[in-house]
Amino acid sequence: MATQYKTSAWNRLSRTAADHLASGLAVLSTILVITPLVVIFGYLVYKGASSLNLAFFTNVPKPVGETGGGMANAIIGSAVLLGIGSAIGVPIGIAAGIFLAEFGQGGKLANIVRFTADVLNGVPSIVMGIAVYSLIVLPQKHFSAFAGGVALGIMMIPTITRTTEEMLLMVPHSIREAALGLGVPNWRSVLSVSLRTASPGVITGCMLAFARVAGETAPLLFTAFGNQFWSANIGQPIAALPLQIYVYANSPYDEWHRLAWAGALVLISLIVISVSLVRYVTSRGVLKGAN
Amino acid sequence: MVLCALSIFAIVALICTELVVRSQLTIAKFGIKFFFGSAWDPVNGNFGALPFVYGTLASSLISLVIAVPLAVGVAIFITEMCPKMLRGILAFLTELLAAIPSIVYGVWAVFVLVPILREHVNPILIKLFGWTGLFTEPNFGIGMFAAGVILAIMILPIISSLTREVMSAVPHSQREAVLALGATRWEMIRMGVLRNARIGIVGSIILGLGRALGETMAVTMVIGNSPQILKNLLAPGYSMASVIANEFSEASDDTYRSALIEIGLALFLVTIVVNALARVLVWAVTRGAPARST
Amino acid sequence: MGVGIKVENLNAWYGTNHALLDINLHIPAQEATALIGPSGCGKSTFVRCLNRMHETNPIAKVNGKVQIGDIDIYSEATPVEVRRRIGMVFQRPNPFPTMSIYDNVASGLRLNGFGNRRILDEVVERSLRSAALWDEVNADLKKKSGARLSGGQQQRLCIARALAVDPEVLLMDEPASALDPVSTAKIEDLIFQLKSQYTIVIVTHNMQQAARVAERTGFFLNGKLVEFDSTHKIFTNPGDKRTEDYITGRFG
Repeated sequence: MATQYKTSAWNRLSRTAADHLASGLAVLSTILVITPLVVIFGYLVYKGASSLNLAFFTNVPKPVGETGGGMANAIIGSAVLLGIGSAIGVPIGIAAGIFLAEFGQGGKLANIVRFTADVLNGVPSIVMGIAVYSLIVLPQKHFSAFAGGVALGIMMIPTITRTTEEMLLMVPHSIREAALGLGVPNWRSVLSVSLRTASPGVITGCMLAFARVAGETAPLLFTAFGNQFWSANIGQPIAALPLQIYVYANSPYDEWHRLAWAGALVLISLIVISVSLVRYVTSRGVLKGAN
Repeated sequence: MVLCALSIFAIVALICTELVVRSQLTIAKFGIKFFFGSAWDPVNGNFGALPFVYGTLASSLISLVIAVPLAVGVAIFITEMCPKMLRGILAFLTELLAAIPSIVYGVWAVFVLVPILREHVNPILIKLFGWTGLFTEPNFGIGMFAAGVILAIMILPIISSLTREVMSAVPHSQREAVLALGATRWEMIRMGVLRNARIGIVGSIILGLGRALGETMAVTMVIGNSPQILKNLLAPGYSMASVIANEFSEASDDTYRSALIEIGLALFLVTIVVNALARVLVWAVTRGAPARST
Repeated sequence: MGVGIKVENLNAWYGTNHALLDINLHIPAQEATALIGPSGCGKSTFVRCLNRMHETNPIAKVNGKVQIGDIDIYSEATPVEVRRRIGMVFQRPNPFPTMSIYDNVASGLRLNGFGNRRILDEVVERSLRSAALWDEVNADLKKKSGARLSGGQQQRLCIARALAVDPEVLLMDEPASALDPVSTAKIEDLIFQLKSQYTIVIVTHNMQQAARVAERTGFFLNGKLVEFDSTHKIFTNPGDKRTEDYITGRFG
């Protein structure tokens, strides 16, 4: 059926060719993107797994030249820092999230808070480090776990705020109305009912924030500073897993490189577990209590 | 409740004030010329931040050039071409890539990426593109290009996820309209999806840029830490975040520290602007709360 | 100009849902044919099988013969070729929001390699005139976005866009159901004018509309074609009781 505007054979051919080319490029891109991930993981396991022995988890770093050192103090140190960070970040984050979800829909103040949380989220971690340095380390005249914890805690706030707000917004109105119908004054109903319903999601958000800051190095460089020995003293410099990895990787010693790989493997395992857990929880339906 | 929400505001204000106050020394001494001077000489109290600005911009630009086509390609594949089964796995893998800490990327980059670049990739680049002056000897592996490559790997997931999100927000009716005119699948993607989502895609690219600008650890480990401005991308360089990371604890006098803090302040302001711009663009397309950046 | 459509033993599925069962029908050339029936009866699915849009759904399957003109569109042509020669107008107007009115209408031509400005100008004007939209928009053809028109105008723009590539068949899936009565009347007038040049198949749930514009009408029920005859006969003296029940409003 000839029509007035018959497409040329060239046009048909080139369009089909373009279509195939585009498909090919898209597939190629995907392969190119997944490859680094696989390779990175592969290397971490390959280089790090052999060093993950009991000594790694129980020993402190040994002097250069001696084998059998570990990162026990760094692991404990990270735990301390994350503890302090969570103590600061979780309450503020959840409270701010509650504020935004329950009292701030569409309000100007709420929008400013949201924007500010986004700004905080975008602050480069190194800048966060030097800011906390100025605020805490300088006046105190020494590095401390406390300063490191504060830096990490601040970095946790935006993520927790955002996820708390999102999770609370997903609680169906019918649940709130039921609580109000029972004669409970508004703020109480918010806290007990909505929060309880949304709690799996809120906890997930906290886990997400936790996992994200667990791997942060830059904010700790000038706050927690790192420590070669056992220390759980909040007022003193403290070791942290990412920091230790950094120091070891930058060193010229093979033994320390080995430990750096092991540490990196531990760190990434933590991340993989958290991300998978988060996905699992959210896919199973966060609001299980919503019915 | 309100107090906590306001405390966020207070924190940001505090950070901002600290940065401004502690950099007063060099702001007063050098003014705006601070960012145009290319001599970084702490010993003699002469501070010019241009090499670092150049390094940050160059490494970020390289990373965008590499990451954007790949990220958009992956987004297209996952959204429009992928069998449903694969979609979940690929999305999970992308999320995993986004969650890997900078230090882990750094370790891998130093011990694996850099040797690969030095032995296999850079020689090819020198042979093919040496005439441009961008890729010439000496080739240490470590340098601006390596920083660009590892940055590209790091910002790829963000750009890809966000692009996927804005592409999914395009209504199905647009795709059908293009197909009904007798378009091939690629033409449908080009005219019906990418065209409609382009503002959001630009936003996601800018968000990726924002991440690249502030990235510290991985870049510090492979950029070479040499404050010079050279055309050769294979030569060592220095970035704003890296100089702070490397030299802050050694900053022996107030002026030195002030200079570094001023660089931090600049980084802070630039990333705020870039991220805000990105959020506005993405919001304009998805018409809702701005998407998560991970 | 318009050609006839011959459908033989057409079956279609959405996954395991058998949406169309053994459809056989002959749609005459250069006429308007209406397809009526209650929601979910398969009339939209049928029409989407005519331009191979049904198969764009990943779980969709088709079986059977559809001959448009003298070409079997499933075995003798690619989907791209088929859709090029068959125009479609959807229930909700879907102009391209990032393109001007001019570019919207020209989009089909540009896809097929026609870039010559003179030809495009000519075709755009002719298509917009055929769609009864020219007078309303010719002032800012290139400046106004396709999405900034009213609903009725957008739908006429979509009709113009479909006409620009000079199709042999024009498929319309409830084209006026999202529009106000005034726009609906305009669209119906349009169909009246166009049917002498194109073969039009219009899906509608509005029986008065079918009676107004179509020479022939087909009644679908539960995936089957119950009756297909001249519009006059269907609405005054239907042969099948189910048709009569539907017409008189006993269900649907």
